[in-house]
Amino acid sequence: MNTSEKYTLANLVMDHALKNGADQVSVAIFDSRRSNIDLRDQKIDKLTESIRNSLSIELYVDKKYSVHSTSRMKKDELFRFIEEAIAATRFLAEDEFRSLPDPELYYKGGSDDLKTFDGNLNSIDAKAKIDLATMVMNEAFGKDERIISVTASYSDGISNTVMVTSNGFKGDSSNSNAALSAEVSVNGGTGRPSDYWYENAIFYDKLINTDIGKKALERALNKIGPKKIASGKYQVLIENRTASSVLSPLFSALSGSSIYQKQSFLIGKENKPIASTELTIYDDPFIPSGFGSQLFDNEGLKSVKRPIIEAGVLRNFYIDTYYGKKLKMKPTSGSSSNVVFASGKRDLKGMMETIKKGIFITGFNGGNCNGSTGDFSYGIEGFFIENGKIVHPVNEMNISGNMNQFWFNLIETGSDVLENDSFRTPSLMFKDIDFSGI
Amino acid sequence: MINININHMNLKRREFIRLGGITVAGSIIIPSVFQSCKGVSVSDNAGSYMDHFEVTPEQLQKVISTALEKGADYADLYFEHTLSNNCTLEDGKVNSAYSNIRFGVGIRVLKGDQTGYAYSEEVTLEAMLKAARTAANIANSSSSAGPLNINEFQPPNFYPVINSWENTSIKEKIPFLQRMNEKVFAGDKRVTKVNAYLIDSSSYIMVFNSEGKLAWDFRPMAVMVAVCIMEDQGKTENFYVTRSFRTGSEFLTNDLVDELSGEVVKRTALLFDATKPKAGEMEVVMGAGESGILLHEAMGHAFEADFNRKNTSIFSDKMGKKIAENFVNIADDGTIPGNRGTLNFDDEGNATEKTILVKDGILNSYLHDRISASHYKVKPTGNGRRQDFRNIPIPRMRCTYMENGPHKREEIIASVKNGIYVDNFSNGQVNIGAGDFTFFVKFGYLIENGKLTRPIKDINIIGNGPQALADLVMVADDKQLSNAGATCGKEGQGVPATFGMPTIKVKKLTVGGING
Repeated sequence: MNTSEKYTLANLVMDHALKNGADQVSVAIFDSRRSNIDLRDQKIDKLTESIRNSLSIELYVDKKYSVHSTSRMKKDELFRFIEEAIAATRFLAEDEFRSLPDPELYYKGGSDDLKTFDGNLNSIDAKAKIDLATMVMNEAFGKDERIISVTASYSDGISNTVMVTSNGFKGDSSNSNAALSAEVSVNGGTGRPSDYWYENAIFYDKLINTDIGKKALERALNKIGPKKIASGKYQVLIENRTASSVLSPLFSALSGSSIYQKQSFLIGKENKPIASTELTIYDDPFIPSGFGSQLFDNEGLKSVKRPIIEAGVLRNFYIDTYYGKKLKMKPTSGSSSNVVFASGKRDLKGMMETIKKGIFITGFNGGNCNGSTGDFSYGIEGFFIENGKIVHPVNEMNISGNMNQFWFNLIETGSDVLENDSFRTPSLMFKDIDFSGI
Repeated sequence: MINININHMNLKRREFIRLGGITVAGSIIIPSVFQSCKGVSVSDNAGSYMDHFEVTPEQLQKVISTALEKGADYADLYFEHTLSNNCTLEDGKVNSAYSNIRFGVGIRVLKGDQTGYAYSEEVTLEAMLKAARTAANIANSSSSAGPLNINEFQPPNFYPVINSWENTSIKEKIPFLQRMNEKVFAGDKRVTKVNAYLIDSSSYIMVFNSEGKLAWDFRPMAVMVAVCIMEDQGKTENFYVTRSFRTGSEFLTNDLVDELSGEVVKRTALLFDATKPKAGEMEVVMGAGESGILLHEAMGHAFEADFNRKNTSIFSDKMGKKIAENFVNIADDGTIPGNRGTLNFDDEGNATEKTILVKDGILNSYLHDRISASHYKVKPTGNGRRQDFRNIPIPRMRCTYMENGPHKREEIIASVKNGIYVDNFSNGQVNIGAGDFTFFVKFGYLIENGKLTRPIKDINIIGNGPQALADLVMVADDKQLSNAGATCGKEGQGVPATFGMPTIKVKKLTVGGING
């Protein structure tokens, strides 16, 4: 279906729901195409192609609410599906807080294109894709006798979503991305460490295609011979690409549903310090070709750039329409777009050089955070640092603490912002973090 | 117990369609005039599944021969129709519901260990042939396959359904969630919030492969979740419990609700007194049941044969070798009646079984899919699983558990001077090559001088797989299966899995905690 066909179907479905008893309706139609090529040890391991469709409908019937989705797009079936769904919704309890958003807050068109879609991506032929993956493979394969296995992958995809609501919203968005990645396993004597590297881009011709296999190999080799060190408090440097793991409990605690469910350690902290003054975070939906860029959110709310944390002070939560009403707070948006940090002056190497004794974390292994209390504990992998230099890899260690304290221990953010992710994180340095080891 | 066979299920489903509107969002509509079986003869049961997906034996044969036309060795078609529902209780009311329909066919083509894969959400001959041609590209010669005989495969049914979820109205579900709310609030005056969820699904599955094998299955699933929030003197604590089985709506009983509500209240209340252990290495006793997560993370994934075939697992060179004490026996079983991890056949159409992974301390078998079984020249173990028709099957666990050992629970706890006892977890992870695994403890106790003392919570435990197996020094005789609704993730695919364990002791694991 092209965009205009999707609008036609969405309106048809919406009208059918309204005619059959729904008071308010929101309909979204989504489709996507993805292709993936995996090479393993110089041979094609997997070729996959997928084309997906789905329609989802939110129904508000006599103050009752339900959501339904299906991959079956035939009109007659959809009509029947909706009739059944409306009948079933009537069995639910009333919920006075459920309604479509205030139409004043909707995106109404007219903004600049955010350049999130590459119209040429569909015309790239399979051979070019295989050649790129082969290039990635050849940077690692056969380059070291300790290599056990190399996987190199090319993948790309495009998607298009159309949304309409019965109180006046209509909007569509298109996204694309292309990615190259490598994963290398090496024989490390006792263990078989592995690591990966990837590059991705919204536009095919912006996709970086060198130093992917090479970096994955270097990273895997660097992990050979890990040792556990003594438990204690250490300075810690968290690599930019893995920093989102410690940010995710923070973002979860910022959401309206967590606050309402008392599963947030940030309840009542608005306009209060929750982190050291080093931490400034904006939610910026308007970055050209940003991985989280959007003109409107999944409810149709017009995008707004907002401070989340300014010099350690909490400024905004992520509030959707429903929890906004329940909490008597103004809706912002229920989810993040591009998460942008005030970045620091030094890069990763510069920050590492300042560490006398500490741990450089390059990956997390499991662990979790208690949303209500902020208590967390995560397994880590990384390196022991002494006098600004890497001494050896570490394994079988955990970091533990409480999110309310942890962010006050942030002493520096790096200049090395990760640009190919919606979380545009720099590397982060903390003091006095509890590690468990020997 | 009354067993309703698959054919009846199917008829009932149609009856429901005519009734309409009694459950949240329903089934697709299939023209009643559709007749699959004209040329090739298949049984009524097989025929009802072909009707369900609106395909004929001739079409299946044509799609398979197209999939093989570039010289591949093997092809299979995986048809899926899944209906899922989720009812949610918040603020004392069941005030939202969600439903989803998933329908399509995945076409897989193998050339040696190479895979071509494509799927279609439209099950027409034209769409299937297009997907088959895409998947066929994994091979690059040409061949023509002769006509295929159809061999119907009828395994035992490990999850007969009494009441299908498709025939269960949302109206019948609501009272159980409502009861959960009342029971949890009544359980402790500090309770301030209750959430409860009932999630169900019904899947129609049909598999046909280039060896002519035709298999079909009706797979139910049920999950109940209770979340409890308590507040006391400015402190907030939360806990949740879940139960899940492959079963119909006979799952819904007051006993189930009372068991879950009792457990969630008791555990949440204990958290107010909980502390954190000292950080570092210590003896860890793992209680019967949910502690099977240790097997899942520390060894189960590393026994999946795709990793071993590629030599990337830390257990790749350990087959036939002693890896644990003599009293350690570990199995992965796909045949436990009604268990969340059970399958009548795996997602490649192979029979499931009880696979002995570790026998008397010796590594006995990996977990195989078709590709790895053929690589190792062994029989497939029925572990080829996939999330849905959009994904390829890979080796996955089903229900992984340890058999009973020679020790007693009391004796194990008494043997620890300074350590911890854990029996409740939220999640775990493993790094296959390095062997480091973790699991996050929601609840446990300190052990001081052989006795359980203060509760502990929210700590991560990390260890190394082969070392933890070797350090497994005591195993009790109180094996339990955990029926928590675990979902196992691998390569972006989630599948239901379960585990079980008697009480055990590991000599040394690294426990997250506080220093000083």
